[in-house]
Amino acid sequence: MNLLGKLSWDAIPHDPIVLGTLAVVAVGGAALFVFMTLAKKWGWLWREWLTSVDHKRLGIMYIILALVMLVRGFADAIMMRTQLAVATNGSEGYLPPHHYDQIFTAHGVIMIIFMAMPFMIGLMNIIVPLQIGARDVAFPFLNNLSFWLAVSGALLVNISLGLGEFAMTGWVAYPPLSGLEFSPGTGVDYYIWALQISGIGTTLTGVNFLITVLKMRAPGMKLMDMPIFTWTCTWANVLIVASFPILTAALAMLTLDRYLDFHFFTNDLGGNSMMYINLFWAWGHPEVYILVLPAFGMFSEIVSTFSGKRLFGHKSMIYASGVISLLGFIVWLHHFFTMGSSANVNAFFGIMTMIIAIPTGVKLFNWLFTMYKGRIRMEVPMYWVIGFMITFSIGGMTGVLLAIPGADYVLHNSLFLIAHFHNTIIGGAVFGYLAGFAFWFPKAMGFHLDPKLGKVSFWCWFIGFFLAFMPLYVLGFMGMTRRLNHTDNPDWNVWLYIAALGAFVIAIGIGAFVLQLILGFKNKDKNLDKTGDPWNGHTLEWSLASPPQFYNFAKIPHVEDLDAFTDMKEKGTAYQRHASYEPIHMPSNTNAGPIMGLLATAMGFALIWHIWWLAGASFIGLIVAFICRAYASNTDYYVQPDEVARIENAHLDNVAKG
Amino acid sequence: MSTSATAHHDAHHDEHHDTGRNTTLGFWIYLMTDCILFSCFFATYAVLFMNTAGGVSGKDIFDLNLIAGGTAALLLSSITFGFAMISAYKKSKGGTLLWLAVTFVFGAAFIAIELYEFNHLIHAGHGPSTSAFLTAFFSLVGLHGLHVTAGLLWITIMFIDVAKRGLKDRTVTRLGCLSLFWHFLDVIWICVFSFVYLMGAM
Amino acid sequence: MNLLLTRNLSKVALAALVVLLAGCQGGVLDPKGQIGVMEKELIITATILMLLVVVPVILMTLYFAWKYREGRGEAYEPKWSHSTKIETVVWVIPIIIIAILGVITYKSTHALNPYKPIESDEEPITVEVVSLNWKWLFIYPDLGIATVNELAFPANVPVNFRITSAGTMNSFFIPQLGSQIYSMAGMETKLHLIADEPGTFDGISANYSGHGFTGMKFEAIATPTREDFQEWVAGVKANGEALTTERYEALVEPTEYHPVEYFGTVKDGLFFDIIWEYMGDMGRIEFYGKPEYGAELPEGVILPQRERTVISHESEEASH
Repeated sequence: MNLLGKLSWDAIPHDPIVLGTLAVVAVGGAALFVFMTLAKKWGWLWREWLTSVDHKRLGIMYIILALVMLVRGFADAIMMRTQLAVATNGSEGYLPPHHYDQIFTAHGVIMIIFMAMPFMIGLMNIIVPLQIGARDVAFPFLNNLSFWLAVSGALLVNISLGLGEFAMTGWVAYPPLSGLEFSPGTGVDYYIWALQISGIGTTLTGVNFLITVLKMRAPGMKLMDMPIFTWTCTWANVLIVASFPILTAALAMLTLDRYLDFHFFTNDLGGNSMMYINLFWAWGHPEVYILVLPAFGMFSEIVSTFSGKRLFGHKSMIYASGVISLLGFIVWLHHFFTMGSSANVNAFFGIMTMIIAIPTGVKLFNWLFTMYKGRIRMEVPMYWVIGFMITFSIGGMTGVLLAIPGADYVLHNSLFLIAHFHNTIIGGAVFGYLAGFAFWFPKAMGFHLDPKLGKVSFWCWFIGFFLAFMPLYVLGFMGMTRRLNHTDNPDWNVWLYIAALGAFVIAIGIGAFVLQLILGFKNKDKNLDKTGDPWNGHTLEWSLASPPQFYNFAKIPHVEDLDAFTDMKEKGTAYQRHASYEPIHMPSNTNAGPIMGLLATAMGFALIWHIWWLAGASFIGLIVAFICRAYASNTDYYVQPDEVARIENAHLDNVAKG
Repeated sequence: MSTSATAHHDAHHDEHHDTGRNTTLGFWIYLMTDCILFSCFFATYAVLFMNTAGGVSGKDIFDLNLIAGGTAALLLSSITFGFAMISAYKKSKGGTLLWLAVTFVFGAAFIAIELYEFNHLIHAGHGPSTSAFLTAFFSLVGLHGLHVTAGLLWITIMFIDVAKRGLKDRTVTRLGCLSLFWHFLDVIWICVFSFVYLMGAM
Repeated sequence: MNLLLTRNLSKVALAALVVLLAGCQGGVLDPKGQIGVMEKELIITATILMLLVVVPVILMTLYFAWKYREGRGEAYEPKWSHSTKIETVVWVIPIIIIAILGVITYKSTHALNPYKPIESDEEPITVEVVSLNWKWLFIYPDLGIATVNELAFPANVPVNFRITSAGTMNSFFIPQLGSQIYSMAGMETKLHLIADEPGTFDGISANYSGHGFTGMKFEAIATPTREDFQEWVAGVKANGEALTTERYEALVEPTEYHPVEYFGTVKDGLFFDIIWEYMGDMGRIEFYGKPEYGAELPEGVILPQRERTVISHESEEASH
């Protein structure tokens, strides 16, 4: 028996692009390692961050993960767009199918699962407990574990770059193509385990945050009084809890097919690949609402804050989000109208899909009427909101068009579809996350970023988006289908060139964003946010210092209004000094999360390469680690009143100085 | 343990992480996710059960007498777990341990019967790789079996926990979660028994 | 100023759109068949209906952002956050638009149902389509010929496609004629198309199926008359070899950029064999209702008997 399973030297790709990337990663990693060692920062990193159960620090780490994966996924995007711009008129371009097919698969998986999801969950982690006046989430250790499971999945995707290959099936991995018969390599196995491990982490996050909002709201805050961002996150968590188990099931079945010769989705012996497609989209469609609903919440917070107004139609926003969530579960079939279902079935799912446009339209109007009779400050987050409202309206329109089966019969799988979902996911979700990032950055980090670079970044994203994706609508109408490796139609060329140009404009936007971060950290001390309330905020997170005290609230606030903090400021109860404080009960940091994440990575890797002893050992290790942690005592401690008083008074002195 | 930060919110329990109510509700929601997982396997079974690839169907292979024995063991184990919980609420350590042990024995008997059935089928040439029907059957029943096995492991751990640390609040909360889990598996089994075995054997 | 700019911009955009719609050569907005024409009209109608909401929303966004920005001294009502009148209007307008679209959807989905035969005085032609890795096999069961990567039929004659796959899933699509539909192993899908004028149209697979996917193209030739089509058939018959089971199995081997091939004769019932290879495993077929394939089988074809892997005496009785 081979101790390394299928692993051998041949597993390292010989492609110059891959080797170059690996070299850059190796050099960068070595530099980081040397720096951390020289600065003696390893212990600090481990104790203060990696083992942290503080929701704010986990949130920041989620966002770092998202940004790193954004760069990785965007590199894939640039390679695809340049390949298609070069490979016209029958020329083969520089990416052979073997490489190109991995790239578009990795791009989809990374952007959805390892960029958008961690970005959304990161912002939710930082903000939701603060908005409801809680000191942490319901299960802080589980929160840490979820993060490490997400990292574990991301690691596996990135390992596939240097060892073996990634799936060449598209991000949906439809069988029979993704079955053993047509994809015998390790690619689909990387896909399966990366998604499975991170997906379980996401399910835990959903459970955790549902309990947090149900059980840990500040006194006085009824469910309907929760800030809109918290509400949209709550709907997203309902969707997570209800849909991610379906992904788990679908992937588990695909795993059994590939590993144990089962016949769920194979062509032969009675398997039915259509079942996978149904299960996948029964998760996949709610997934897009998981991504976009919290973004809607962010836009709502931002538009009301920067208009200096209460949000128009808070209740109807909550109901609209709820309706979207429920309908999100009965529209999955619109992803395959062309499978040959009867006209009645297709019409039902088409009309259900369109109905989603109603609550979505209501939301747009609510944002409009929040601006109406407001006093709008055009700060960076507000730019993203306006950009979103324009972009998303178009994306929504093309979505409804695709929901009409008759139109979908000619537009399905074309570049029109690609343009549509980038229009909603970039124009909706990503613009939202970047808006939320700009909005809450001072809160999370304690200092401001350069607004000029922020605006440069916005304009590049906005213009770049239209340059990159409007041509794809045209190409879709011209009959260009997705996932082509090269083209041979002179009429298409000009549009492919414009799309590639757009991708480079977005690249400048990402560059400006990175520069903004670098300069921000460099000039940190000049741009400190001393009051903790830089935008004249409405909700409780702005009542704290920036960054918030590790225990969040010295005294749990009593909430008397929808815009709790505005209310406190108006009544003069904000920034009160207290004579004495109670001890605060806090959870201790834990090694268990990162250790379990590492074991999960080892297990996934071992399963991918059929290293059975390692898979078994790391699985047992996982169980043992979990049991040890679950039955450990000493998982918490108390912060003493004098320390609380010292921290609080320092903050209030800062506020008084303005 | 409870130290309220402010006087005016007695209904408020944010002070404690992993308080009993949070844990129990959280566990309920986890069970609902598990329920969805099972429903996916049920749905797949419903789609695939006719796809026998010219081989056996449920009618040919289900031994209802054997399964009825397993079912009885599992249902009884639910009742005995109920007794364990009653003892735990009464803070009777000995009673709790006794009933946990009895539950374990019934659960183990159920798993033994399932393993016997699987082993028998595979040796008769009706393994999960034979047809989509058998794939779906082994996966659905096996998924339930895996859950019961995890439950047995958990019972063992709780047995040690109760024996060593007695019946503190935290332990009783955990026993409560385990009890939910165990009864939930019973409900799932009733569905498996009805939809797979009874309907299949008819 | 801003508003004026927006107005001008939207005019330019609209003009560009019109040019685009008119100028699209060879795509779905340049249809050459009845189904495609209906689908183009559907797209345009639906788009105009939605623009009724989308354009005002975009304009209002820009207008409000400009009008109520800080420093302009416009009315400011920080606590104004509810108006039943406005809420009613913003719920009702999308509901009306979607209701209209819903009716259009219901009707058009039935009218454009790919399974619905096209009404015509002309006798339709039947083509059996098999997607292979990575090429298209077209079998003309009534003519006893088959081709690879080239499809021909007379213009103005309905074509009934029956589609399956021998391996991965593909989507059979001739953009200028209209609808596409998946090809799936062990299953049969149907599609009905017609060309309103003669021409040569691009045919593609519209669902990614592996390495050779990009090269999985074919030409769909609509001949001006039936006579021209018969000429093409005669050419296939004269030049083609026989498509036997063995030859078919060789064809199934994966190839990329497969050249056009002609087969003068085809094994009877080959299409059924291909479907049945996997559909046979679906077990009790009668559960789904009467299989249509039996009825249309060419005479003398016996249903292939699957090799039964494991079977006991009871189960044989049970299957009756």
